Amino acid sequence: MSQELIRSIVVPIIYLLSTILFIFGIKQLARVKTARRGNAIAAVGMLLAIIGALLELGIVDYRWIVGGMLIGTVIGALFAIRVQMTSMPEMVALFNGFGGIASALVATSVYWDLVVQRGAAGTVYEALGTDEAITVMLSILIGGITFTGSLVALLKLQGKLRKGQPILLPARHYITFGLLFASFALGGIAVAAAGGDSVVWVLALSSVSLILGVLLTIPIGGADMPVVVSLLNSYSGLAASMAGFVIGNPLLIIAGAMVGAAGLILTQIMCVAMNRSLLNVLVGGFGVADGGGGGGSDEYTSVTSCGPEEAAMLLENAESVIIIPGYGLAVAQAQHAVRELADLLKDRGTRVTYGIHPVAGRMPGHMNVLLAEADVPYEELLEMDVINPEFKNTDVVIILGANDVVNPVASKDPSSPIAGMPILNAHEARSVFVVKRSLSPGYAGIKNELFEYDNTMMIFGDAKKVLQGLIGEVKDL
Amino acid sequence: MTLGPLLIGIYVFVLAGFVGFEMITKVPPTLHTPLMSGANAISGITVVGAVAAATTDAPTVANILGALAIVTATINVVGGFLVTDRMLRMFGRKKPRALKAEGAGAAAGVSAEGREVVSK
Repeated sequence: MSQELIRSIVVPIIYLLSTILFIFGIKQLARVKTARRGNAIAAVGMLLAIIGALLELGIVDYRWIVGGMLIGTVIGALFAIRVQMTSMPEMVALFNGFGGIASALVATSVYWDLVVQRGAAGTVYEALGTDEAITVMLSILIGGITFTGSLVALLKLQGKLRKGQPILLPARHYITFGLLFASFALGGIAVAAAGGDSVVWVLALSSVSLILGVLLTIPIGGADMPVVVSLLNSYSGLAASMAGFVIGNPLLIIAGAMVGAAGLILTQIMCVAMNRSLLNVLVGGFGVADGGGGGGSDEYTSVTSCGPEEAAMLLENAESVIIIPGYGLAVAQAQHAVRELADLLKDRGTRVTYGIHPVAGRMPGHMNVLLAEADVPYEELLEMDVINPEFKNTDVVIILGANDVVNPVASKDPSSPIAGMPILNAHEARSVFVVKRSLSPGYAGIKNELFEYDNTMMIFGDAKKVLQGLIGEVKDL
Repeated sequence: MTLGPLLIGIYVFVLAGFVGFEMITKVPPTLHTPLMSGANAISGITVVGAVAAATTDAPTVANILGALAIVTATINVVGGFLVTDRMLRMFGRKKPRALKAEGAGAAAGVSAEGREVVSK
């Protein structure tokens, strides 16, 4: 078969098949029963796409391609095998960044090849075509923002960069908007510049996009990371789509658009779960600046605390127990201990379920993955809407490293920073145990009324150690 | 009306976006993390563009950029699909507890092998 025939017929058919596999893959990935197959189908689609890309090239020097793929495969596989489930948010954040930078690199490479290396005589838009010239600049901009934005998110998730607290520069809104306009201007100038002269402008655009990624992410607080990670996921899809425009390949446009949509949906779900607008999250500084409501009443006055022995005695007679996990569970790596305790209680005939707040943890679904790792059946993990009516009839609630998502003030005090945020109604249960290292506030930076309630008892300590204590006590009953 | 490549591209982009929304709107919270890492792997599709940029006889700046793009996009693809599978495997496996119920108390301690067999 001639190369011409392969390029004009075989390769487009392969790309179409690949697109179809992606669509089926994503569709199945969205249902628990078929999710694993869906992932495999999408992976086959990817393999087909790569085969198509190699066929399209024909006979060339493959050394760099194969070398690059080998290195990428080894690094990717190492990440996938070694990452701990508690660190999934970090890994996804990092990978979002890789997706972004890959698209920016492809666009830059195309530009460099067609404009700089071939010494194009006229302007950039004459050398690339206006459409392609514009999409090259957009790819660089979006890819750059995604890259450094993801790296900052990664550092925040790791508790670096002032322990994930928002970093607020003076006049940051002006700086950010200024740079955004500057990036459009630089892109425009680069498109209209003559071949060799454009390099400076493209480099300037790249630098500004990298700086923008940092500036857009540093003001956002650690608790808002589920939103940010979702949004960056969406950006990485958008960046892939832009790269598709640059090289004129609909497969990239389609796959990127679908990833972009998936990221946006998750972003939306997270925002609704916090009763905040996306803009409000992105503007950042939540729980730090503009210190309205909070002030003054931050001191706790009547907190009761107890040890594992006392808690075990209440658990002994409990007929129903709801466990509410939060980020503290992940930090303490306590997912296996919590399952062990739940098993012990179930052996005693107690009904045990888990109440999962949509933004518990540091990425959408973080708690579900952790508990799945510890073999907790996913049927026992109940969503907020399902479990909230249950609390009234529940004997004991155990809160493990969650804070703001169980603060009753959200539904009582309209001036609170978390006013209107849907919460798990843990306070309605007969007894509430809060396992927490100290009385320090959650990310919203406010006091949690629940800790002072009469039916609440604090068990101070690391979640895992407390759970092990509880397991020991329950065994001795 | 004739559509240039850019307009066709925009049509495709918008329609694919809608397809994405339609498919994913009702995803259960259990799958949020795997969906995200799976989507992440798919965004590594950029590797298709990177391949064309990395062909070389005498390496140029453009080729080096292309090769870097291949590395980063491949990390995304391979790492993304593998880690998603690792997570979904955890959701899929039968719980020893369920087995216990079926085995009517006979299985006080179920071995890891027992679990594997059940999952197939």
